[in-house]
Amino acid sequence: MAGLVTALLAVVALAAVAALGAGAGMAQVFGIYIPYVAVAIFVTGFIKKVLGWASTPVPFAIPTTGGQQYSLPWVKQAKFDNPSTPGQTFIRMALEVLCFRSLFRNTKVDNRPGEGTVGYGSDKSLWLFALIFHYCFLIVFIRHFRFFLEPVPFLVTGVEFVDSILQISVPTLYLTDVFFVVGVTFLLARRLFDSKVAYISLASDFFPLFLILAIALSGIYMRYFAKVDVIAIKQLAIGLVSFKPVIPPNVDWSFYMHFFLVCVLWAYFPFSKLMHLGGVFLSPTRNLPNNTRMVRHINPWNDPSIKPHSYADYEDDFREKMIEAGLPVDKEA
Amino acid sequence: MSKMAPPEELMNVNYSTPSEPWMDVRPEFKPGTFSYPGKPDVLKYLGLPNPRDWSPTEEDWKLPPDWRETIRDGFRELLGKYRSLKVFMDCCVRCGACADKCHFYIGSGDPKNMPVLRAELLRSIYRGEFTVAAKILGKLAGARKLEEDVVKEWFMYFYQCTQCRRCSLYCPYGIDTAEITFLARDLMNRIGLNINWILEPAANCNRTGNHLGIQPHAFKDMMDFLVDDIETVTGRRVEPSFHRKGAEILFITPSGDIFAEPGIYTFMGYLLLFDYLDLDVTWSTYASEGGNFGSFMNDKWMKKLNAKMYAEAKRLGVKYIIGGECGHMWRVLNQFMDTMNGPADFLEVPKSPITGTVFENAKSTKMIHLVEFTADLIKNGKLKLDKSRNAGITATWHDSCNTSRGMGFFDEPRYVLENVVEKFVDMPSQTIREQTFCCGGGAGLNNGEFTEMRLRGGLPRGNALKYVQEKFGVNTMSCICAIDRATLPGLADYWAPGVKVTGLHELVGNALVFEGEEERTMNLRQEDLPGLEGSEEEE
Repeated sequence: MAGLVTALLAVVALAAVAALGAGAGMAQVFGIYIPYVAVAIFVTGFIKKVLGWASTPVPFAIPTTGGQQYSLPWVKQAKFDNPSTPGQTFIRMALEVLCFRSLFRNTKVDNRPGEGTVGYGSDKSLWLFALIFHYCFLIVFIRHFRFFLEPVPFLVTGVEFVDSILQISVPTLYLTDVFFVVGVTFLLARRLFDSKVAYISLASDFFPLFLILAIALSGIYMRYFAKVDVIAIKQLAIGLVSFKPVIPPNVDWSFYMHFFLVCVLWAYFPFSKLMHLGGVFLSPTRNLPNNTRMVRHINPWNDPSIKPHSYADYEDDFREKMIEAGLPVDKEA
Repeated sequence: MSKMAPPEELMNVNYSTPSEPWMDVRPEFKPGTFSYPGKPDVLKYLGLPNPRDWSPTEEDWKLPPDWRETIRDGFRELLGKYRSLKVFMDCCVRCGACADKCHFYIGSGDPKNMPVLRAELLRSIYRGEFTVAAKILGKLAGARKLEEDVVKEWFMYFYQCTQCRRCSLYCPYGIDTAEITFLARDLMNRIGLNINWILEPAANCNRTGNHLGIQPHAFKDMMDFLVDDIETVTGRRVEPSFHRKGAEILFITPSGDIFAEPGIYTFMGYLLLFDYLDLDVTWSTYASEGGNFGSFMNDKWMKKLNAKMYAEAKRLGVKYIIGGECGHMWRVLNQFMDTMNGPADFLEVPKSPITGTVFENAKSTKMIHLVEFTADLIKNGKLKLDKSRNAGITATWHDSCNTSRGMGFFDEPRYVLENVVEKFVDMPSQTIREQTFCCGGGAGLNNGEFTEMRLRGGLPRGNALKYVQEKFGVNTMSCICAIDRATLPGLADYWAPGVKVTGLHELVGNALVFEGEEERTMNLRQEDLPGLEGSEEEE
């Protein structure tokens, strides 16, 4: 629980720093300097981490096979769970990255000693809420491009149109805002109430959840409650991306809080488990075809000096016994 | 064994988590939960550091004075050699999808047997030693210092993992505990933390060619016994050859098959099949082990022991290799062999001399699975099989971890099984195929002193077996792994008494009908065939 409390306090403190600081005339710091630094940390940190992985050899092809292998012509292969070609592997990866294929398999052990049975029922809740969370995050991310781009691209307005299709409230309610909070809340609740998950959870598991929740809630507050001056914020955003930063008047404190928390997320990202975003593409159990009996996988550090205990030595060791037993030998005694 | 609680009691697993954080819980070395350490003379033979007498139950493990540096340097080295390790250390989100997938967790309730925590044992040191932020934040960021208790915990839990990879199937990032355990054991070997049941077989494999230390003349003797037994059952005298240069095929199988029941019946099945086909095949005492005990140690020994197969194939001048029924053997053959010891450019792409089928799926490794070979024979109508010789058997199929999640070998063995028995029924779908459960004895844990933990780990498999036993009258579990054949009989006796364990080619050997053969009255176990029981007594 120490992790939970620390993470929560950290996020509250960060939010307070921004809210108070921006109000106390430090708008430049929170609106200009910190964002630049945070994005610089994110970009360099992310690239460094991915390059670090990518430059490390993959000595063996170790796909975890999840279905029937490529075999005799009359045996039906599970092409996308046990791919044997690069194309099939691409689809396996796409299913993994876009549809969370592995989580879709999830089961829950159900041990009933009284009945003498152990079952493994399907449990798709983590898959479902993880999917909701990640896709909402993506859509919210895309929606935000309207602040940075002028004219706003069709993709962004299209996403916005669909997202606000219900036309509830003014400004219109984005569905993803709701589902996003629902998704984060579920992931958080799991960490709190599933004793297994609670036991393995670290501060670094709670911190990003609280941070993301705080970002979502502050954004919702800005849009639906404070109804902040969007024109002013867009002016600030465009100033940042065109490297001509300005601090317009009329920017609400809640914006600085929201924006600062986003900056914290950027800067924190490369040093945290959030790097699973990059790692999922580089996992050798998923991104390699199961074709190792057809195509030789090369290990760059394979050591040719490692030789077997030779047959000659073996025969020297046992020659007499071999001859006596009538086993053929290379050298007669 | 005698102290084991009955299954109903063992099933009553306590899955609640301790009140204190896992870093504060010290490992307890109770008999039945750990394997005995490597013996000093074995370590010396293998050239491994820190040979000594020691016991996990004692406080002083007699670690070398510079053990911390050795682990740090070793960890750094492995992080530079294995992308898997690096990615797996960095990107776990602790979602817990793997938590209840491990048979040892399901059977013991020990939270450190949750794959995620097993990996955290290593990851906490990775953070503490190799990442800046976590070094500063310490425990809060899941980092800890490298203390003796940490490596003691490693010894406990990385030798409570059978590298079955079931958790890896469910992980959204494919984090593979087998890889983590493999590398953790590599690290431990550098400071002398290893178990004898891995090291001694590895040493034996190196010197005698097989893990049991059977010397060549004794191997030949054992083969002769089995040849005699075959004659008793079938009236045929099969004539296997050894070290025959110029043979078409070299056959290699786990040596457990020649040594003990029920493996020997599978071995007899191999011999009968080769005789039936008049296959140009030879055996080697030098390369008389399929299983690779080096793969439970480190990459060097895995390569060194595996290298015998190609070396012998080359010396004998065979065209290709057929491998017998084995689990780890096939993980190594499928995913490591060609990389480590290839290219096998002195061999030819395997082509069945009986059916003409070219095994394109093994065109580089040039080593095929006997079950692939047999399935192809049956499909092409080349075997005359009489299922009634296996009458009375209601069979189920145990998918071995390594051929399942390191290969995807599911339909070929089932096809063979369905063609040799009258009744076959699968266990529940979430306990078979890629979701199969381990026998509990993989990766070097099939030793006597570990029996209690192994039977706990056998709960999921045992319970699934009991289910089909009660519901469908299953009385036989067939499998293609030598460790299974050694472990599953004990598991069945405990969890589902009355079910016997067979290799696949035992059943093939029983069913094979030779031209002009004398009528069989016994199966390969020399049990009377159904309908013929007691016929001798009447005479």
